[in-house]
Amino acid sequence: MAERCAVIGVGQTKHAAKRGDVSMPGLVREAAARALEDAGLTWRGIDAVVIGKAPDMFEGVMMPELFLADALGAVGKPIMRVHTAGSVGGSTALVAAYLVQAGVHERVLTVAFEKQSESNAMWALTISVPFQPPVVAGAGGYFAPHIRAYIRRSEAPAHVGMLVAVKDRLNALRNPYAHLRLPDISLEQVAASPMLWDPIRYLEACPSSDGACAMVLTNGDGAKRSPGAPAWVWGTAMRSEPVIAYGRDQVNPRAGRECAADLYGQAGITNPRREIDVAALYVPFSWYAPMWLENLGFAEEGRGWKLVEDGVTAIDGDLPVNPSGGVLSSNPIGASGMLRFAEAALQVQGRAGEHQVDGARVALGHAYGGGSQFFAMWIVGSEKP
Amino acid sequence: MSEPVTSIRRPVRLEYDFTAGRAMSRFLLGLAEGRILGQGCPECARVYLPPRGTCPTCGVPAEEEVEVSPRGTVTTFCVVNIPSQVLVVPVPYVCANILLDGADVPIFHLIQECPIEEVRMGLRVEAVWVPAGELKATFESIRHFRPSDEPDAAYDSYREHL
Repeated sequence: MAERCAVIGVGQTKHAAKRGDVSMPGLVREAAARALEDAGLTWRGIDAVVIGKAPDMFEGVMMPELFLADALGAVGKPIMRVHTAGSVGGSTALVAAYLVQAGVHERVLTVAFEKQSESNAMWALTISVPFQPPVVAGAGGYFAPHIRAYIRRSEAPAHVGMLVAVKDRLNALRNPYAHLRLPDISLEQVAASPMLWDPIRYLEACPSSDGACAMVLTNGDGAKRSPGAPAWVWGTAMRSEPVIAYGRDQVNPRAGRECAADLYGQAGITNPRREIDVAALYVPFSWYAPMWLENLGFAEEGRGWKLVEDGVTAIDGDLPVNPSGGVLSSNPIGASGMLRFAEAALQVQGRAGEHQVDGARVALGHAYGGGSQFFAMWIVGSEKP
Repeated sequence: MSEPVTSIRRPVRLEYDFTAGRAMSRFLLGLAEGRILGQGCPECARVYLPPRGTCPTCGVPAEEEVEVSPRGTVTTFCVVNIPSQVLVVPVPYVCANILLDGADVPIFHLIQECPIEEVRMGLRVEAVWVPAGELKATFESIRHFRPSDEPDAAYDSYREHL
């Protein structure tokens, strides 16, 4: 690695079920302009743009990067698109970080978005293909059996998923950009909500959102010239795994474990539970919180649910998870991973507002995608590594 | 002053021709004969279903044809309460990961002819085929799976497939 990488600007849109007030270019520009302003830069100061979103069918528009280049100030500059299913917001940020670390560009704008209201992502995921029976109903239909397997394997009590659903929605009330605002959320309300894909209840599932997130990444020199305190990138990692393989564990995927091990090695972390102050995890269905806590080494296998039950993952707990409300409160799919990465940066910069975790110095941003096949993660810190 | 145009609806349609390849072709032709054909890996001896001609774990060709039983075990499942646009089955319905006897990876299919509350992990099931005259080289030759009235499989027999 030739250069250090730091986050010097973060921007996001207000996330909502339908952002009818903006076009797709307007949506990405809203996030990008905020990130630039945050970095004290103008469009002129950017060397390259790296953009990401989930599958084109989610908006029914092929290759949106073609018509978003001008909206993102990329005319006369390189723009490239990254695509790794739901983890794309994370991997897009990582590609931008690699361009900085490799010394290719000094200041890179990275943007990820989804405008789900313009198409139907659930049914874009429910296609009839000739190599499998046409029985899957959306992402929930795919993940529900693995959640059931987790509950059986870990013998977790049934209320753990509901605890996560309530915690993240209460956290979202502290985040002005969050889509869902459910001030009256309670365990009873979650329990009474319709079972969509048993064992996933309506209130244990993420919403469909329109939204975008952007960050400005730069090298050591760029960080020195930046007006605010940067978030330094301590480690980055991505992993993938095949769709079908004997022994493939979708409850505790090997790719996720190995991705985390690589990441912690780079960041010099030997005990993530003690050394990481706050974690922004990609949790689209409530039960994925305890599952990822185990996969990422915060708890032993089968014990992640105890961290939830004991309040460890609460915003004032020992290991706050998703203080912004997470994917369960805002899910512009392509942007969801980048929002986790951006949240990690804001936390170590001490700029997360009402959902700031006191004294956060080291944070994890995490994203996954496909059928738990693609993983992207970073560790950011307030200190230069 | 007229109302602004806030959205224009345009349907998107996509049709494509799927090149099955040798392995999937054998599998689909097997279905047309009412047989379920997997492929075994010469190194780890695991049987893949549907077959892909290779073992993703060992990274070697896996072209030994292995006929798999139409009976199997529900390893895990989901009860779907959202009507599907591609599947003409009334809700609620059950989708299950089914480990067929003789295969080492589960397939995903419907469980029918069984009250929903009786579907469980470890339930033994069997394939229900379309009538012989309607068999085709497609997954839809298997209509669904139903309980086979065998005792449940022990958790330890399928836990490594969860």
